Amino acid sequence: MNRFDYVRPTTVEEAVRAIGSAANARFIAGGTNLVDLMKYNVERPERLVDITRLPLEAIEERDGGLGIGALVTNATVAYDDRIKSRYPLLSSAILAGASGQLRNAATTGGNLLQRTRCYYFYDDAMPCNKRDPGTGCQAIGGVNRIHAIFGTSDTCIATHPSDMCVALSALNATVRVTGPAGERIIPLGEFHRLPGDEPQRDTTLAADEIVLSVDLPDEDFGAHHTYLKLRDRLSYAFALVSVAAVMKRDGDTITEARFALGGVAHKPWRNAEAESSLKGKPATRETFEAAADIVIRQAQPQSENGFKVELARRAIIRGLSQAAAGTPQSQSDKRIA
Amino acid sequence: MLIDSGSPGAPAAIGISLTINGEVRELQVAPWTTLLDLLREELDLTGTKKGCDHGQCGACTVLVNGTRINSCLALAVMKDGAEIVTVEGLARHAGQDGAMHPLQAAFVERDAFQCGYCTPGQLCSAAGMISEGHATSREEIREAMSGNICRCGAYTNIVDAIEDVMHAGAAR
Repeated sequence: MNRFDYVRPTTVEEAVRAIGSAANARFIAGGTNLVDLMKYNVERPERLVDITRLPLEAIEERDGGLGIGALVTNATVAYDDRIKSRYPLLSSAILAGASGQLRNAATTGGNLLQRTRCYYFYDDAMPCNKRDPGTGCQAIGGVNRIHAIFGTSDTCIATHPSDMCVALSALNATVRVTGPAGERIIPLGEFHRLPGDEPQRDTTLAADEIVLSVDLPDEDFGAHHTYLKLRDRLSYAFALVSVAAVMKRDGDTITEARFALGGVAHKPWRNAEAESSLKGKPATRETFEAAADIVIRQAQPQSENGFKVELARRAIIRGLSQAAAGTPQSQSDKRIA
Repeated sequence: MLIDSGSPGAPAAIGISLTINGEVRELQVAPWTTLLDLLREELDLTGTKKGCDHGQCGACTVLVNGTRINSCLALAVMKDGAEIVTVEGLARHAGQDGAMHPLQAAFVERDAFQCGYCTPGQLCSAAGMISEGHATSREEIREAMSGNICRCGAYTNIVDAIEDVMHAGAAR
């Protein structure tokens, strides 16, 4: 780990000033990703700004929905009674990720800002456009079984590893941030970006901005939701493909449905055409298959991850079926309903 | 600003206060020292193990303010003011001075280890998991303990031991 200086502000204003006062400064809270990256020399900050003493630790009523402070831990969100009753999809997705210890330390803001787990990004002996822009991408044509099948570029095929963000995407959450230019709201779908020709930029957050909260809109899907995560082992592994789905029904007819995919792109992957294809249709397997086909038409698999296309297709169909039936996937009983 | 270690390139050791296994310790730590390295290398509390050092194995699990975390991914300086319990203090923390913690006794009774390297982390993680109170069934225990890897494969007996303690607690 490189040497760095350390500051511990107590207000958001101090924190924003501190992040702007050194080149290559980083905020740190849970540290579960950043400390790991520093041990691999992937991150080499000159300054760490410890934000754990900022007053961003509350879950609050906001515009009929809930605002989750950036420092609320993943475990606190997942087990909060209001989250469990009003946003069970979010609770389920968080519990599908990481381990008990990591969820106790990792924060909401840090989960949004975690980096990819691409092997080449983590290995500082290898070229990587995300870690060292312009050096190339060895994952393309290399070992890329876990990589993206949607929205890739010729500079980067990494995926965003979060489960929480996939649920937030389906829930149409927003991210409240602030910086020297003032506060602004970023829709979750615009918070993470596709790699394009700047894969070093994971998000649209400016370097001197800080996440204040993640806000959930006032919306009720009852039991019509699911977070279905498919991975190499049944717990404590990143998704190969995951699906977060929410649905509203009027009898057998779908009045609204939204779904996001994890493990397949540089950001939670939504497809507006597929979602609108569900509207007004009967909640049947044929309807779900048609929506899945719209999504996977855009798939561009790499040399080793062609299996993800069919896996994603089936996961979408199963996820939409679970949401329609009101039988969300359990995160402890791993049998897929 | 509560703390400012100075200009980049010239970071000083920073004074922090930790309560470790019931004892208040005033310490000087470099900001890049992990809680795990502080415990093992500077305080000689080598019960907490370094397995992967990357948050993947759980051998370094300790309780910080009653909550289980991976000490390898925590910077000691950030835990200023916290109460830390390691495997050395687990029994005392549970009011079992001079005796084993019920989980330690159950691990012995159930033969819940082979090489023992993961055991301190398993014990602290299980203690944290029980106080969280979310897992009750065997499946839920397995899921909640998935952050603790046992390469000897003692999982079945580990879950047995944890179940024993949970059921004994429920009966009290």
